[in-house]
Amino acid sequence: MIPSDYVAVVLLILGGIFFFSGTVGLLRFPDVYTRLHALTKADNVGLGLIVLGLVVQAESWFVVGKLLLIWLLVLFAGASASHLIAKRALHRGIRMWK
Amino acid sequence: MEVITWLEWAFDAVLSVGLLWLAWRALASPDLFKAIVLFVSFGLLMALAWVRLDAPDIALAEAAIGAGLTGALLLAALARLRAIAFKDTSVPPPQFSKPQFLHWLLIFFLLWLGAGLGYAIWVLPPYSTGLSVAVAAHLDASGVSNPVTAVLLNFRAYDTMLEMIVLLMALLGIWSLGGFPPHTDMPTGSVLDTFSRLLVPVFILVAAYLLWIGADAPGGAFQAGSVLGAAGVLLLLSGWRPRVSLTQWPLKLALAAGSSAFVIMGLLTILYEGQLLAYPAAQAGMLILFLESLATISIGATLAALFLGRSSDHEENQ
Repeated sequence: MIPSDYVAVVLLILGGIFFFSGTVGLLRFPDVYTRLHALTKADNVGLGLIVLGLVVQAESWFVVGKLLLIWLLVLFAGASASHLIAKRALHRGIRMWK
Repeated sequence: MEVITWLEWAFDAVLSVGLLWLAWRALASPDLFKAIVLFVSFGLLMALAWVRLDAPDIALAEAAIGAGLTGALLLAALARLRAIAFKDTSVPPPQFSKPQFLHWLLIFFLLWLGAGLGYAIWVLPPYSTGLSVAVAAHLDASGVSNPVTAVLLNFRAYDTMLEMIVLLMALLGIWSLGGFPPHTDMPTGSVLDTFSRLLVPVFILVAAYLLWIGADAPGGAFQAGSVLGAAGVLLLLSGWRPRVSLTQWPLKLALAAGSSAFVIMGLLTILYEGQLLAYPAAQAGMLILFLESLATISIGATLAALFLGRSSDHEENQ
């Protein structure tokens, strides 16, 4: 393994940990708002780490650009979608867990 | 690499069990909303399964159409059903009383189908190259270097032609139900607004990229068209409606362009080449790109129009 592979492995494992804890949070947190919080952490940071792990191993700058674009789009979609879900939940009068 | 092989086996096993479990839960769930969410998850896992089978073209189509757009269509249908049930209590909810013998008939047919499919798989030779050798041998004459596109748009282009027509027929079926649904302006909020404004240009760019790259890598008209359709769904969700003048011949032209291009191309190739959709090798690449571009526009417009749907007389009377 060349040095960049080690970096990639560390980043991918870190990303996996974020996804794992995000999933645990989604299953175990008490209400929709805290679950959204857990989910977006996994999506944003976990996917970011995995994308970085793949970027380290990418063959060309074109692939790097595409990977980063995917991350940006997911950030964008995730933030907007969770905002919409939270807003709808508030409208329907779902109370926040205290 | 013993560990890697084991990991792959474990992954595939979890995937297969997950697919069967999700399919069962989606069918058995009495809550329709839950069933739709399970169906979308099923579609995403199915896309992963196609990736594992080295079929990225089908994986893209499954994720975009099978999970994404079909899920959106089902959710839209569910919202309409609930709106009708909520508004009008004089109409009794639809009753589905199935006679007992229908149950048994269905079980009998499913068992028969399952046995037939099982037998077909059982008698398959364990290793077979199928038609891939024949495709590879003629790939040079197809005008594209992606074998999937070569089969879909050249060797068996009439399949794609018929698919385009099926899509158009589905829309005609829905349109025969009534006029455009009444549009009530609803504030959708600035986030969804900004989101759709920023993303729709990206959708169009991605669709064009998928269309272009389909000649040598996974992609093509159906994937590009479903991305365009998704852009349309997003616009419709954020409260945008086409101007009435646009819903007349411009929309109809966009809907019919793909199928008509295929039919005209079919007639021309019969006239000049003597065979349905057999392009002259020198122009094949250009002709495929032309057909695919029109098909992409039609698929995108049709999918978005399917999502908008038509209002039944019942809704119009409200």
